[in-house]
Amino acid sequence: MTKSELIDAVAQRTKITKSRAEQVVNCVFNSMTAALENGEGIEIRGFGSFTVRHYKSYHGRNPRTGKPVPVPEKRLPFFKVGKELKELVNGGVSEPGE
Amino acid sequence: MTKAEIIDAVYEKVGGFSKKEAAEVVEAVFDTMKDVLAEGEKIKISGFGNFVVRAKKERIGRNPQTGAPIPISARRVLTFKPSQVLKTVLNPHRTREEEEADARGSSY
Repeated sequence: MTKSELIDAVAQRTKITKSRAEQVVNCVFNSMTAALENGEGIEIRGFGSFTVRHYKSYHGRNPRTGKPVPVPEKRLPFFKVGKELKELVNGGVSEPGE
Repeated sequence: MTKAEIIDAVYEKVGGFSKKEAAEVVEAVFDTMKDVLAEGEKIKISGFGNFVVRAKKERIGRNPQTGAPIPISARRVLTFKPSQVLKTVLNPHRTREEEEADARGSSY
């Protein structure tokens, strides 16, 4: 499913126009992006949570040439799936030992 | 940020919805995504990232306390791969060379 298909599905589900649904979907992901940009985490109950992880600089290697390359410090978004969605994705089965 | 804050943002920035309507539409966004992922289909949100369902084979794990081997059953898991756009937003001061090095695959 692409973003435009998500917009269509939301429009159908809530009986609003596609252009309204598009504004909402864009606002949702723009808000989430802004939160992550500010280093803020996001928690959506039943769906999952996003956190920003900081990585220090390190010396990596070009896998093709073996040449060492410095990798600067960076921030990456990290998603942890929520319990409900985790079970849904796994066919409604919760796995033991987690 | 919580779902309630996302609902507030939709209420304030999109306009034309009551709080209740804004809440319903935002719920519909996440419920639709959940339904699609539950079917095993991936979701690609351009500018944000891709949610992908992956099938994992059974493998042997270990009880970290005792070292005893225990089988980990086959399962489907959800992974998120952030888009290059989102990664760039989080790292605004990086140079073009650094971006290109990452795009070649050193970051993920």
